[in-house]
Amino acid sequence: MSAMPGVVAINTFREAVRDRVLYNLIFFALLMIGAAILVGQISVGIERIVIINLGLSAISLFGLVMAIFIGVGLVYKEMERRTLYSLLSKPVKRWEFIVGKYAGLLLTLAVNTAFMTLGLVAALLYVSHHFQRSDGSIFIAIYFILLELALVTAFALFFSCFSSPMLSTLFTIGFYIAGVFANDIRNFGELAHKPALGAVTRGLYYILPNFHNFNSIAAAAHGDAIPLSLVGQNTLYAVLYVAVTLLASSAVFSGRNLK
Amino acid sequence: MIPRSHKRLVRVAIVGVPVLFAAIAILQMRIDAQTRAGAQEQQELMLRSGAMVKKMSLGYESLLADIYWTRAVQYWGAQLGVPHSHYGLLWPLLDITTTLDPHLIVAYRFGAIFLSEPNAGARRPDLAVELVKRGVQANPDDWHLKSDLGFLYYWYLHDYKDAAATYFAASKDPQGPSWLAFMAARISDTGGSIDTSRMIWTQIYNSTDNATTRKKAVEHLAELQATEDEHHLNALAEQYRRHFGHYPSSTRDLRDAGMIRGIPRDPAGFPYEFNTEGKSHLDPNSPIPTLDDLDNPKKQ
Amino acid sequence: MTSPAIEISGLTKDYPVGFWRKRMRRSLDNLTLQVEEGEIFGFLGPNGAGKTTTLKLLMGLIYPTSGTARVRGRSIDDVAMHREIGYLPEQPYFYDYLTARELLDYFARIFGFSAKERGERIARFLERVGLADAAGIQLRKFSKGMLQRVGIAQAILHDPRIVFLDEPMSGLDPLGRREVRDIILDLKREGRTVFFSTHILSDAEMLCDRVAVLLNGKLQGVGAPGDIVSMELHGMEILFELGDGQALPRRFADRATVTGRRCRIEVPEAELYPVIEELRRCEARILSVSALRPTLEDYFFGLVGREKTASHGVEVNAR
Repeated sequence: MSAMPGVVAINTFREAVRDRVLYNLIFFALLMIGAAILVGQISVGIERIVIINLGLSAISLFGLVMAIFIGVGLVYKEMERRTLYSLLSKPVKRWEFIVGKYAGLLLTLAVNTAFMTLGLVAALLYVSHHFQRSDGSIFIAIYFILLELALVTAFALFFSCFSSPMLSTLFTIGFYIAGVFANDIRNFGELAHKPALGAVTRGLYYILPNFHNFNSIAAAAHGDAIPLSLVGQNTLYAVLYVAVTLLASSAVFSGRNLK
Repeated sequence: MIPRSHKRLVRVAIVGVPVLFAAIAILQMRIDAQTRAGAQEQQELMLRSGAMVKKMSLGYESLLADIYWTRAVQYWGAQLGVPHSHYGLLWPLLDITTTLDPHLIVAYRFGAIFLSEPNAGARRPDLAVELVKRGVQANPDDWHLKSDLGFLYYWYLHDYKDAAATYFAASKDPQGPSWLAFMAARISDTGGSIDTSRMIWTQIYNSTDNATTRKKAVEHLAELQATEDEHHLNALAEQYRRHFGHYPSSTRDLRDAGMIRGIPRDPAGFPYEFNTEGKSHLDPNSPIPTLDDLDNPKKQ
Repeated sequence: MTSPAIEISGLTKDYPVGFWRKRMRRSLDNLTLQVEEGEIFGFLGPNGAGKTTTLKLLMGLIYPTSGTARVRGRSIDDVAMHREIGYLPEQPYFYDYLTARELLDYFARIFGFSAKERGERIARFLERVGLADAAGIQLRKFSKGMLQRVGIAQAILHDPRIVFLDEPMSGLDPLGRREVRDIILDLKREGRTVFFSTHILSDAEMLCDRVAVLLNGKLQGVGAPGDIVSMELHGMEILFELGDGQALPRRFADRATVTGRRCRIEVPEAELYPVIEELRRCEARILSVSALRPTLEDYFFGLVGREKTASHGVEVNAR
């Protein structure tokens, strides 16, 4: 493994952290977590649940917005502005560029998620002054959100290899929504009692990214334990899916004529 | 001239993508196997308030209503296979659906079936009545809903007064068929009788194209027929005992005594049987549900 | 065994055009060319001739429809080839959120220089392109000329054996052009090969050992600059203003362009002084006198007129 993706990744990270939009997003996410404290005070007895629910939802939502909006420009912007010309004339392979860009954005998302997690922890401490054992599942839920973002980023990057940011955004959001409803798609086919339709929806179910796997916000809010085996399986799932997407992205991008 | 590096990557992708997808599918099956058990009832509805969902729908409430209706149907379908299911989310889902779009008639009509059905539903005719009442309020010009409401009163709640009143209200609708008025009069005269029930199910059968509803109507008609047959046979068994001093052990005894011609069979073609107290009943193998099955299912 | 620095054979590139019905437009047609080690090689042609296409093909940014090219004996697919070359894209644009120093640091990392060496090199090359004072400024605040200089710095940062420059003088003021010329000559002195494209004939004349001329994607000729285009003057251009009450001398009337009181005439070089004398006599104020050189466009215009005709002793690619 060459060091090249790492070099590209650090530059991608630098690009993201120098973008003012990012800070606005973090600001709004923290604002939302802060607002959760107020909402929690209104509804008696469920402050913690409201804060965890709202906080995790904010982390997930703003993470998604960042992953999609930065992700769709990752490759396209460099092609469009021709910043790639000088980079690719250097001994950088195209797949290294793709992997580096991906890793850079993932690093950005991880750092942001860490910041927002700090905000959530602060809000929780503010209302209950101590931690419970069951709060561990909050961190697992955040880890799952990060895995989800890893998948979404990979899709955004994939689409950004061959279409404009506008279209890529639509495709990525479409994929995300389809992935969230993957279970319903399969159930729909099974309930229809038509073997052909059932086969199609089952196929779709396994091909679409299953974001349902990663949703454990409710479990975290109710302090339910999340089985460790699920952590392992979800990690493996994300790794496999990201690998597929990056492989496809590299194959597409390596054949492209730059504008 | 495609560069070699690209060709190599494409080759890797052609092999790698299907292999990775296969691995993903296998992994997903394992995840499903682990989370399936008991997961159905744990499903969460993030928002249980229809009014809240409506506020958050940003003007797309009728589309959202369709989505929630679909979810309700899927939920009902998924719960069908779950033993001891309480269909806990069915009411909230229907509540949200009809709050989002109060004119979605299908949600009231089928929703009432899902809620009231003892075997294939939530066994909550009370909630079904509430749902359809709401539908009638939002859609006062729809006689179907009133007729459905009348049916719920009649069949599940045995509330013949309200049933007659509702059928009567339905019959006032200029669109409504003439049997509604007849039904209202019939119920107010006789209350619950086999003839009235048979008439209701016949009308239900004739007024729908929905295969499931028709099948259900046929089942009920067969069951009503069987109940009526059993009444006759019980009466004959009493006669037989007065004559021979004991109950017949089978319908063959009645035929041999010349009281009936041939062996009477239920609508599914199975001969009726007698117990030792001279009460007739269906062959245990007969597919026809008994009144008990249909009306008062044993609490599972 | 020494191979040529650049060896291009039969390089062809078609681009699809049109949205619905894709047709192919040939932007480079069967280019065969060799550049020797240590040369300064000029790649001449008007805008749209296929110069940038050729450079992008050599850099692996686009892929040829057919044909091959080798750089220092290595195929252009070979990523190792990129260690030995530097490239300045046309109208370069870099990550504008970086400072000049950060950009060079990013690229220097790619070549695996140590932190110490990176710092030392970046300072040296920023100095060399005249940006030492702007090292800490974000590139978004750079002028076009400054970006051009950063572009040159990143192209030569790693001491490449061959430097490809796409229109290196564009966007620069006269001083900047001279500095770039000096850099190119320095590179040659260090034994490096320079391959640069330009549409400005005088740049090529001053620097190049050899030039190739490209028109509509086809190679028109390769040779020493003087062989390709006559550098003789066409004549002189005089711009002057007539004094009050003065009329334009009769003998200029038919060849002068008059705008209000201002006039412009073209005269052969030999007539320059007599004409100036005459203008002085009629108290005209002379605004400027400049030499008229043939432009590349004039030359290309001539080429289009005489398709396939060998002239000026140019070896024309047989096609």
